[in-house]
Amino acid sequence: MTGSSRYGVIRTPGGLSLRFRPRALVVAGGCLLLALALGVLLIGSGDFPMSPPDVVRTLLGNGAPADSLIVNQIRLPRVGTALAVGAALGLAGAIFQSLVRNPLGSPDMLGFSQGAATGVLAGIVLAGGGGLAVAGGAVGGGLLTGVLVYAVAGRHGAHGQRLILVGVGVAAILTGVNGYLLTRAKITDAARAVLWLTGSLDGRDWGDSGPLLVALAVLGPVVLVFCGRALRMLEMGDDAAHGLGVPIERVRLILLAAAVLLASFAAAAAGPVAFVALSAPQLARRLTRTAGPNLLPAACMGAALMVAADWVAQRAFPGHQLPVGVVTGLLGGGYLVWLLVTERRTGRI
Amino acid sequence: MTIRQHPTSGGTASPSDGPPLSGTETGGAAANGAASAGTALSDTVPGAAGDGTAGNGAAGNGARPPRLVGEGLTLAYDKRTIAEGLDVAVPDRSFTVIVGPNACGKSTLLRALARILKPAAGTVVLDGERIGAWPAKKLARTLGLLPQSSIAPEGITVADLVARGRYPHQGLLRQWSREDERVVAESMAATGVADLAERAVDELSGGQRQRVWIAMALAQQTPLLLLDEPTTYLDIAHQIEVLDLCADLHESGRTVVAVLHDLNHAARYATHLIALRDGRIAAEGAPGEVVTAELVREVFRLPCRVIEDPETGTPLVVPAARR
Amino acid sequence: MSSVPLGSPQVFHATSAQSPPRTAPPEEPAPRPSAAAARPPASRRSVRAAGLAVSVLLLLAVLVLSLAVGARPLSLGDAWRGLYDSGSPAYTVVHEMRLPRTLLGLLAGAALGLAGAVMQALTRNPLADPGLLGINAGAAAVVVTAISFLGIGSFTGFVWFAFAGAGAVAVLLYAVGGGRGATPARLALAGSALNAALFSYVNAVQLLDTASLDRMRFWTVGSLASAQTYTIERVAPFVLAGLVLALLLARPLNALAMGDDSARALGANPARTRVGAIAAVTLLCGAATAACGPIVFVGLMVPHFVRALTGPDLRWLLPYCAVLSPVLMLGADVLGRVVVRPSELQVGIVMVVLGGPVFLYFVRRPRRLGTRRRASTGAAPEVAAP
Repeated sequence: MTGSSRYGVIRTPGGLSLRFRPRALVVAGGCLLLALALGVLLIGSGDFPMSPPDVVRTLLGNGAPADSLIVNQIRLPRVGTALAVGAALGLAGAIFQSLVRNPLGSPDMLGFSQGAATGVLAGIVLAGGGGLAVAGGAVGGGLLTGVLVYAVAGRHGAHGQRLILVGVGVAAILTGVNGYLLTRAKITDAARAVLWLTGSLDGRDWGDSGPLLVALAVLGPVVLVFCGRALRMLEMGDDAAHGLGVPIERVRLILLAAAVLLASFAAAAAGPVAFVALSAPQLARRLTRTAGPNLLPAACMGAALMVAADWVAQRAFPGHQLPVGVVTGLLGGGYLVWLLVTERRTGRI
Repeated sequence: MTIRQHPTSGGTASPSDGPPLSGTETGGAAANGAASAGTALSDTVPGAAGDGTAGNGAAGNGARPPRLVGEGLTLAYDKRTIAEGLDVAVPDRSFTVIVGPNACGKSTLLRALARILKPAAGTVVLDGERIGAWPAKKLARTLGLLPQSSIAPEGITVADLVARGRYPHQGLLRQWSREDERVVAESMAATGVADLAERAVDELSGGQRQRVWIAMALAQQTPLLLLDEPTTYLDIAHQIEVLDLCADLHESGRTVVAVLHDLNHAARYATHLIALRDGRIAAEGAPGEVVTAELVREVFRLPCRVIEDPETGTPLVVPAARR
Repeated sequence: MSSVPLGSPQVFHATSAQSPPRTAPPEEPAPRPSAAAARPPASRRSVRAAGLAVSVLLLLAVLVLSLAVGARPLSLGDAWRGLYDSGSPAYTVVHEMRLPRTLLGLLAGAALGLAGAVMQALTRNPLADPGLLGINAGAAAVVVTAISFLGIGSFTGFVWFAFAGAGAVAVLLYAVGGGRGATPARLALAGSALNAALFSYVNAVQLLDTASLDRMRFWTVGSLASAQTYTIERVAPFVLAGLVLALLLARPLNALAMGDDSARALGANPARTRVGAIAAVTLLCGAATAACGPIVFVGLMVPHFVRALTGPDLRWLLPYCAVLSPVLMLGADVLGRVVVRPSELQVGIVMVVLGGPVFLYFVRRPRRLGTRRRASTGAAPEVAAP
């Protein structure tokens, strides 16, 4: 039974077979449960506290009408947005890290978050726009950055080193441009823009996260089911993957597009929340202890991280709510330093 | 001796089923005694060439048409041209070795034959069909490649890595058949890495790791196998170990094409030698005929004597003394 | 021992000019395609010296330009008179606005360019730039903390915090850059991640404190506009100290370029050189960032350009950088004053717009960055088990 000691296999008499890693499924399931449990806790907390059983009852449609209003109209959309943003960032981060073969290669390092931010700042500063301009700016900015990076890196260069370097350069340029746009803004707009740049879940409703949920529902299966195995082959280098019959350029283009879209829609919903895309795949892979992109566990881990960060953000300073991006930024920054110090010996960073 | 015949490309159904390995005799030099395990090899020989072209072609004796042919190849990276108008043919069931000085285009040629590098002009033809027209997975079931630089994903086990060689045989709903399992086990046995199955690839020595990669290429079950410098960075014992393994693969019926640095290794193991210099073929043919002092001087700019290898009788290049 | 070369092969090549004439070394195929490299060494040295003189002239021209150009353009004569004649109508403009700004550009430009060159030598990494790698952001983060939480408002107060931040990031980056198999891409990515972390922190602080946001949003893009004589007086000693230290390190850093073992074999002390280099980078970046905010790409562009002129010998490279970086810095500042008149574009922004494409060009150029084949591949026995 070589090669299958860590795998579960289901075979049908018709010659069909499915292979899966039980440990990865357990990790993914565990993270999902944790995310949902934290979500319930989060829904139950606030100025009008509710016990977790009450929350669950209300969510199932059997709660008191007053509870129902608070839960379904105010708090559930926020938690739902958090879950979706976390999952999208985790998935996008896992794809990027796998494609560039570096644990730091997440969309916030490679210019895509900055691109989304540029779009939003342009929307806020130049058009003085509201919610729709912000969301559209985020998606448009992210996508344009994706096209730019792909064009500069070149069709054959969209991997590893070249993609990283181009991404870093574009990120630096866009950071400068964002700073400039910020100086052009009125101070009230600037404050709003900085809040958005940090990443916040305040007052999010289904209208904010709707597009993201659609994107997740469409792109998630595409990535997980159809590209997952090819992505695993790509980790061995282009030549090896090519030798195994992976149409590398097509697969990579699909994956890049999906990751950029996921990151951009997540940014549209909650702003460029820092470091979830970086740390979720890393934490997930530490738990699954298997090589490979670990896409599903990373997505679930991202959701759990995001909800946990929002919980901390609301509770850390009583009477003072922080934007969720501050929490992920601080935690992620610490994690990054730890990663830099410990992982450098292996030469992977 | 430079055979540069253009094959009549046309639906030449190629002979396919490999003859069972007849008692592999590994040359006494096998390093860790790991390169033998010949019995398993015979099973891993693919039953079919390509995908259903299992027509039993006339069992030509020696006069088989080459399956893999490059015609008028111009190879270039960006603007830098490596080779122009190159014609190569890989004889079927041969152990073809490409040699030449650094930067002569050996690896580039191999990459073109494997469809990794698209030639700027000319075509590579496999089984009578332009290689660019082959569907990726079908090609990967016919032509295996051991690239020069492959990356072992961090923490991956030997068994997992070898199992990845089954990718071209798998699909969304056919992810891990009993056949896959059997072939992976056999490939590991054939390369002598079965004992390492659950070890992480990162922890292995260079020689072990190279055998794992070869096992992965083996698990692909291709009748043709291209190896890009399989012995680089290995010590002499491991080099011989890997080359013995390649010879075993060849004897079990595969067509093996390798790029090698060491001319003596090439002369000892190859059945067909292609010597490149500056992107053109300087000589081509059986090592016993091709490897001469003049050729070495022409190709490597090295004065030398060619004597008979006392072990195998193949040519042995001895560089001239300094005087 | 005075002229014993401690440097790279190119250094041997260059210094052999000091040995008696007519012993020109057998012509080695120079690895660099630049025109200067093809010349025989003796004339090459004089070309370098002449080039340096031309660079100084260029710097003087830009200094004058920076004094004259602005919202209220002055003729060269007016600018000159404004410099010394207190009765001249231009005196106030020149002394209150243009002169401090010009001097700050001179200091900050030299500091960042030198810091970039030293970083590149230290990490043996052509993409090292104090801004890109997060050193300036480190200084910025600590300065923002000092402003917001500790209520420190004076430059003298927060310059020390800037040093602390720059130094911490420099040490961390060196630790990463010195790691096994740290390629340019990996180091750049580590720097980008640090940048992201530090800027998200700066953002967070700004968010909690709108008043400081208003001040800091101009500072964090990098600007020379707010320069005051007072700031210059404070920042100059640090920059000068860093400048001297960096120039003194040229020779040992040359030796280090070939790797620790070769450096040791040549009699250099790698550990001491490294400490010195990190100290120099910290001084230069900390002072520059404290004075005008985090500015990216100066330290990347200038050394690259200079390397094409001088080759990799730091004894020439560093002085060239010290002279030409302010040219770029002041040129960008002047450009920023002109393009959107009557408003201004901060020099940090101009630098990004100019430097970004240059960076992408370097990245796209094949070979230059040496994506080493086979490096850290699974198949190579680089990490072989014992």
